[in-house]
Amino acid sequence: MEHYAVAIAVTAGIYALMALGMNVIWGMAGLINLGLVGFFAVGAYVSGLLTLRLGVPIPLGMAAGAGAASAFGVAVALITVRLRGDYLAIVTLGFAETLRIVMANELWIANGTDGLSGIPGPFRGAFGPHLFNVFYLGLVVAAVVVLFFLVDRLAHAPFGRVLRAIRDDEEIAQVAGKNVVRFKVKAFGFGTAALGLAGALYGHFTSYIAPDLFAPLLTLYIKLSLLAGGLGNSMGAVVGAVLVVFFLESTRFLMPLIPGITAVQGAALRELMIAVVLLVILRFYAKGLIPERIEHPHLPDAAACAGS
Amino acid sequence: MDVLQLILNGLMAGTILAVPAIGLTAMFAVLRFTNFALASHMTIGAFAGFVANGWLGWPVAPSLLAAFVVAGLVGLATDELILKPFRAAGFITTAIGSIALTIALENCIRFAFGNELRGYNFPIRRDWAWGGLHVSPQQVENLVIAVIAMGLLFAFVSFTRTGKAMRAVADNPMLAAIKGVNADLVARLVSFLAMGLAGLGGMLIGLDTTIDPLIGFKTILSIFAAAVVGGLGSLPGAVAGALLVGVGEELSLLVLSPAYRSAVGFLAILIVLTLRPRGLVSARAY
Repeated sequence: MEHYAVAIAVTAGIYALMALGMNVIWGMAGLINLGLVGFFAVGAYVSGLLTLRLGVPIPLGMAAGAGAASAFGVAVALITVRLRGDYLAIVTLGFAETLRIVMANELWIANGTDGLSGIPGPFRGAFGPHLFNVFYLGLVVAAVVVLFFLVDRLAHAPFGRVLRAIRDDEEIAQVAGKNVVRFKVKAFGFGTAALGLAGALYGHFTSYIAPDLFAPLLTLYIKLSLLAGGLGNSMGAVVGAVLVVFFLESTRFLMPLIPGITAVQGAALRELMIAVVLLVILRFYAKGLIPERIEHPHLPDAAACAGS
Repeated sequence: MDVLQLILNGLMAGTILAVPAIGLTAMFAVLRFTNFALASHMTIGAFAGFVANGWLGWPVAPSLLAAFVVAGLVGLATDELILKPFRAAGFITTAIGSIALTIALENCIRFAFGNELRGYNFPIRRDWAWGGLHVSPQQVENLVIAVIAMGLLFAFVSFTRTGKAMRAVADNPMLAAIKGVNADLVARLVSFLAMGLAGLGGMLIGLDTTIDPLIGFKTILSIFAAAVVGGLGSLPGAVAGALLVGVGEELSLLVLSPAYRSAVGFLAILIVLTLRPRGLVSARAY
C-alpha cells in the first residue's frame, strides 16, 4: 500500500509538471493544445531511446527529451500561429494521433505496439524497488518546485504580462508594438518542453512505454487539472493535478463496487464520469479553486490628479 | 495494385468522407467553431444504424435514415444543452468542451455496446468488374446515397428561404440579425443537419468495414483534413477536399502501410496550412 501511495504521488508530480507547462500555453498565452499527450510521448520516447540504445546518461536523455518535444512544439506553433486558433487545435490533435500511429507501426524505432521496455531509472539497481520509488518521488517533487518557481517568475516578468495581454486582446498587444507571433511561439516552445520533461520522467520511472499509453484521455486529465485548480496560476495547476490524480485513483477503486457491470463497462463509466466532470467544471466553475490574481498597476485617482 | 483501381476507390471513399466533412464545415461557417464532437456523432450514427439493421432487421437504406435522424437529434440536444453556453465563453472553452463531449458520448456507446467489432447485415453480392476495375454493388449504393444526401443539402441551402437564412448568418451574423433572421433557429437547424450528416457518414464508413466505438475518432483526422484542404467553412470546398484526401489516402497505399491512412490526412493539413491556409476554395459559406 505504501508502495502504491508513492507511485501515485510520482504520477501526481508528473501531472503537475504537465499542468505547469500547459499553464504557460493555455492559461497565460491563451493558446490551445489538444495534443499535449503527443509532446509527452516525444519526451518519453526520445529520452528512453537515447538512454537505452545509445547509453546516454539519464539527465542528458531527459534534457534531450524536453528539447525534442519543444522543437516539435515550435514547429507546430510556427505553422499555425498566424491562423485562427481552430487550426492549432486541429494540428495539435493530429500531431498526437499521427505520432501514435507512427510509433505503433514503425517497429524499428521502438518495437511498435510492443513498446519499449527496460528503460533505465537513475540508481534503480543500487536502491532496490522501494527506495528507488521514494528517491524518484524526491526527484519529481524537485522538478515540480523548480518549474513552479520558473513559471511563477515568468508570470510576473514582462514576458508573462505580454502573454496575458495577447491572451486578453491580441490586437491591442500588437498595437502596443509586441511581436505577437514570437511571443506565442516562445510560450508554446516553453510549455511543450515541460510536457516533454514530464514524459521523460514518466518513462524512466515506469521503465516501460508503449503507444497505447499516450491516448487522448491524458490530455483531458491535464485540462481537468488546470481547470480544477484555476487556470492561469501556478499554484492552481499543482493543486489541480494532485486533486485529479486522487480523483482518478479513487474512481479506479469505485468502479468494481458497482454491481452487474463488466470491466469494459466500468472503464467506459469511468471515462464518461471524467468527461462529465470536466464539462461541469468548464461550464460552472471555470475560475477554479484558486482564481488567477492579476495585479493591475496602481493608478492615481482622478481627484488627486485634478488637485495637483 | 493498379493505380486506376486505387483512384476509383479513393473517389468512392472521398465521396463518403465528404458527407461528415460538409457537416463539419457547415458548423464552422454558421456556428463559428470546430466541433470535435463530430467524432462521437459519427459513432452514434453508426450504432443507431446497427440497431436498426442488425437488431430490428431493417434494410440498409432505412437504417441509414435512422443513423441520420438519431445522430441529428443527439447533435441538436447536446449542442443546445452543452456546447451553446460554451460558445459565449470563447473558442478554447468550446473546443475543449466539444472534446470532452465527444469522449463522454463515445463512452456511452461503449457502455451500451462494448468494444467488439460489429458489422452490418446486407446481402453479399458479386463485385462488378469493368475493364479490369472492380466495385462492389454495396459501394455503389453507398456512393449513390452519399451523393443524394449531399445533393439534397445543396438544394436546400441554395433554393429555400431557410437555406438563404443559413447562408446569411454564415456570411454576416449581425446583418442577418438586423434583417430579422432568427439566428438561434438557424443554429439549431445547422446542428441537426450537420450532426445528422456526421451520423450518416459514420454508418456509410462502417458499411465498408466494421464498426466499434472508436470509428468516429479514427476517421476524424481524415474529415478535418477534407474540410481544411477545401477551406474551413466552404461546402463545395469540403467536397473537393474530401475527394482529394480520399484519393491521396488510397494512393498512399502504393508506398505506405494502410495504418498510415489518417496520417496522410494530417500531412495534407500541414501542406495546405503552410502553402495556402484558406484552402482550395477560400472560406465562403457557399
